[in-house]
Parts: sequence; C-alpha cells; structure tokens
Amino acid sequence: MSEPFSSRRNSPGRTTFRRAAEGVARGLIYTCGWAAIVVLAAIAVFLATNAVRAMREAGLSSMLSGTQWYPTSEPGKFGLLPLVLGSLYVTGVALAVCVPLGVAAAVFISEFADKRLTEVMKSIIEFMTAVPSVVYGLIGVAVLIPFVKDAFGLDSGMTALTGGVVLGVMSLPTVISISEDALHAVPVDLRRGSAALGNTRWQTTVKVTLPAASSGIFAAVMLGLGRAIGETMAVLMLTGNAAIMPTSVFDSVRTMTGTIAAEMGEVVQGGLHYSVLFTVGLVLFAITFAINLAADIVLERQRKRWRR
Amino acid sequence: MVIPLHVSGNGGIAAGMRNLNAGSGGADEGEPRFLREEDEGDDPVVGVSAVAEAEGGLGAFALADVSVSYGRDRVLEGVSMDIPAQKVTALIGPSGCGKSTLLRCLNRMNDEYGDVRVTGTIALDGQDVMAKGVDPVELRMRVGQVFQRPNPFPMTIFENVAYGPRTQGIRARDELSAVVEESLRGAALWDEVKNSLKKHAFELSGGQQQRLCIARALATKPEVILMDEPASALDPISTQQIEDTIAELKSTVTIVIVTHNMQQAARISDLTAFMLRESLDRPAHLIEVGDTKHMFTNPDDPRTESYITGRFG
Repeated sequence: MSEPFSSRRNSPGRTTFRRAAEGVARGLIYTCGWAAIVVLAAIAVFLATNAVRAMREAGLSSMLSGTQWYPTSEPGKFGLLPLVLGSLYVTGVALAVCVPLGVAAAVFISEFADKRLTEVMKSIIEFMTAVPSVVYGLIGVAVLIPFVKDAFGLDSGMTALTGGVVLGVMSLPTVISISEDALHAVPVDLRRGSAALGNTRWQTTVKVTLPAASSGIFAAVMLGLGRAIGETMAVLMLTGNAAIMPTSVFDSVRTMTGTIAAEMGEVVQGGLHYSVLFTVGLVLFAITFAINLAADIVLERQRKRWRR
Repeated sequence: MVIPLHVSGNGGIAAGMRNLNAGSGGADEGEPRFLREEDEGDDPVVGVSAVAEAEGGLGAFALADVSVSYGRDRVLEGVSMDIPAQKVTALIGPSGCGKSTLLRCLNRMNDEYGDVRVTGTIALDGQDVMAKGVDPVELRMRVGQVFQRPNPFPMTIFENVAYGPRTQGIRARDELSAVVEESLRGAALWDEVKNSLKKHAFELSGGQQQRLCIARALATKPEVILMDEPASALDPISTQQIEDTIAELKSTVTIVIVTHNMQQAARISDLTAFMLRESLDRPAHLIEVGDTKHMFTNPDDPRTESYITGRFG
C-alpha cells in the first residue's frame, strides 16, 4: 500500500460492504417486528371471516346479549352471555387467589427470605410452571371438588370457585416471578435510605419498595390474568360446564375457552354452530386484547410518573 | 473493655435524652428513646463521655476499641475516638480504609449489610448503641444518614421530607407542613422548591436531590447526621451548596462526614480522623485524630502527612 496509513479500513469497497450489511440487518429486524403485527392481524381476520356467517344469521348483538346457549336445539340459541360471564367469574376468583398470594410470596422472596431460601423457592416456582395444566386439573378433581362440595354443602363441587382457585394457583408462578423481578429492580439505595430514617423492613417494603415496584407488579398481575382467562383444560375439568347464567361463584359455569374446546369436535365444518364458535373465539380475542391494551396504557402512564 | 468515664444512674441518661416527639405529649419523657420497654435497665454501659459533658450538647459519640469484620475478614480494628457534639468530624483516608464501614457503625446500618460483626463499644451520649436492648430502628431516628448518591424516594418532594416524621407517628397535616418547611430551610432548599412541593422528587437536579436527602434526614430531628461522601457525585456548584448547608447545620446537629476530598475536609470540618489500611493482610486502623487545622498543618504521624500532601492514596 502506498498510502500513509489506514487506507485499508477506508477503502471504498469495504465501506460499501458495511453499508449493505447494515441495510440487510435493518431490513431483517424491520421484517421481524412487522411479522408479529401481521400475524396478530391475520388471526383477527381469520377469526372474523369464519364468524361472518354467525353474525349474518344469528346477529352479533343478539348473540352478545343472549342469555341462553342451546346450540343444538332447533333452531339453535346462541346467547354468549353465560359463557362470557362464566369466564369472568372463574377469572375473578383466580385473581382473588393469585394476586394476594403471589405478591406476598414475591415480597417474602425479595425482601425477607435469606439467600438459600430464595434459591430454593425460585426453583420450586419455576417447577410449578412446568407442570401441565391437565395435572392441575387432576389434582383439582381429586382434592378440590370433593372439598368444595363438603365445605359449602353444595350438590356438586364443580363450580366457578373450584376452577378459579386452581387457575389462581396456576397463575401464581407468573405473578410471583415477575413481581419479584420488579421488587428486585428497586435500587437498594432506596431501602437503605428508608432504613436510615428509622423504618423497619416491613415499613420500608410497604411505603417505598412496593410503590416503587407497582408498575412491574401491575404487569405481573395482567400477565397472570392473561394466563387465567385463556386457560382451557383445567377449567374444562373443574367447572362442570353448565352453560347457564351464573348467579354466584358456587354455580357451575362454562367458560368461553371450555366451550370452544368441548364443542369444536362435534360441529359441522362451515356450519352455523361452527361459525358461532369462531365468534366466541373472536370475543375472547377482543377481551384479552383490551386487557393488554389497558395494561399497556396504565404502565406507560406509570413509567412517565416514576422515571423522570 | 469498657471503661466508663463517668458512671451515673438511669436518671442521668434520661436527663440527657432529648424528647424527639416534641409536642406529642412527651409520653416517653424520662426514658431513653431507643430502649425497648422490656429491656429497660439492662443497659450495661452508663458512662457519659467527658466530651459530651463538657460541651453540654447532644449527639456526642465515644468509640472504644471498635473493630469490624465482614464474614471472616477483619477490615477495621481498634478504633477509639471521641466525636464531639455539634461539630463536624471528617473521616479521611484512601479507598478501602474502612471510613464508610466505621460511619455505618454509628447508626448500625451495618446490620443491613449482611454478615458484618462489630465489636468494641460505641456510646452515643453515654449509651452503648450496640447493647442488646437498643432497637436500631429507634437509633436511626436519632442518627440520620445521607448517602453517597442522592436517593430520594419515588414520591413528591413533600412526601420525601414527611416520610420520617410520618414513621414517628406525626399525622396532622399542619404539623407535617411545619416540619417539612423547617427541614427544607435547614437544608437550604426551601427557596428553590417552596412553590413546587407537590412535584416529583426526580424532577430535581442531582444537587437539589442531595439537599432533599439532607432535609429528609433533618426531618426526624436527629442529633447526628452521618454523610457518606455526600458531594462526590455532584458538580462543584452543588458541592459548594452542600458544604454551605453543612456549615449552617453544625450549630444544631453533630455531623460526621466521610470524604475523599481533602480540601473539603480542611474547609468544613472541625475534627479530622485519618484512617489507613496499610496492607490487605491487616485490618485498617485509625492513624490519628485531631483538630483539623492541626492535622492539615502539622500532623503527628508521618503517614498522615504523606497522605495529606498527596504522596499516596
């Protein structure tokens, strides 16, 4: 090389190559990002096109406000309200179980347990996520159904409560590990600052650590909720699947997910009932989408408030 | 070994205790505040340091043979010194010489750092702070701390300052407001924030945040404030403001400050303690402690002189 120095690095060919590589990388990342959105949109379109027939023949508003679900009678009655309410009841119970238990467990692990206990508990919680939902269902059938029947003097132990409790336990690992991450992310300086002002560990947790981690804990609860509302197998095994309007958590309920799973195998492809089940899927999709969107908005607002 | 300089009865200590909850009825008047009820009278050390007696002020520490170990590693050994009330005492020395560790002994913050063992005696106004009956939580209301990096809580300016008083049980809004204003004035921050008390503390600059942390520490009406390199993360102007604040505060509280900045120690402190860990095989120890002017002009120990003139560290 005749040039004084660094001629190689600045050679035009190399720059062109690097620019091209940059372009390719950027293109790939863009494509991946957009692919997620396209897939989501495709799911919505797929559900909607299959639901068109039901909307045309049974009518969306009459389905959403209908209180009777008799899909096999003549003519079929396709009121989705019992199913929507069933899902909400079960999910509500699940939340009542997993939020207090999950947040308390996360606080214990992050703020109070010593190192060894923390490791043990974290492993147990990870193991909980690995247990298939059918197994949770089996335990529920063997233990919880008879217990609920006896404890509340019911005719059947298959209730929204039973399903909800098991779903709550199933959501626990999600809530615990994400809440624990959020608590862990609170700077130790803040805890020490609080301790130096004469606060006990518990006061510090309640007054500083939990508020500072609140957005992460909220996200944890939302993810747990997402898991609970979408879960199918355990609720199918535990809630009794009576498609009636529930009046309390001691009633047997049938959830949207349970309905789709139980009935999809027995319907005529392309028929009205088939199309109605897609409408159920579409409603479920809309509900989870709305929950996630709401969670995102809340989180974003929180982030703006806490992190200046 | 504890050799109390002056032994007095329980009444003697009680007389020396300031009732922190002034205005709250004085329910615990006459009782050492950080003693739990059931441990009353168990206090092994009732020596009142001669310094505190002489000064007549509160917030004097007397350290005797204080040693600290992290696990099996002894990091600090045999520190004996008096920290006079209502003076600024600077702890200087190279990194790793145990300044911050010693500082954390004074409000038992070492308890929060895991496997730390402290031996010897540390008496605050004659009362051993490491005695079994002493609740570190109560102690820390009397001995506040300001940390190296500003650590305001994620809440409003007002709530940050009101945090300590609330812990002490002050609920009335006007009382809280009064404490907040007084504390913010004490930390020379009031004029800058008086119209924005409801703003989030994170909106303040680094220097303002640190003064907020000082105000927060003042709000519990402590006798002593410990500062662990309070200005090392700040720009020169903010540092100047913190130093001015310290100069004003020392008429009411005892200040113990750890600093790496020798000019700072020379500027603001009345007393300087020089600490050194000469090798990793041996724990750090106190080389000498004395009047700041004396320490910086004519130190007794050649190692102090070397450090101050910048020959090592």
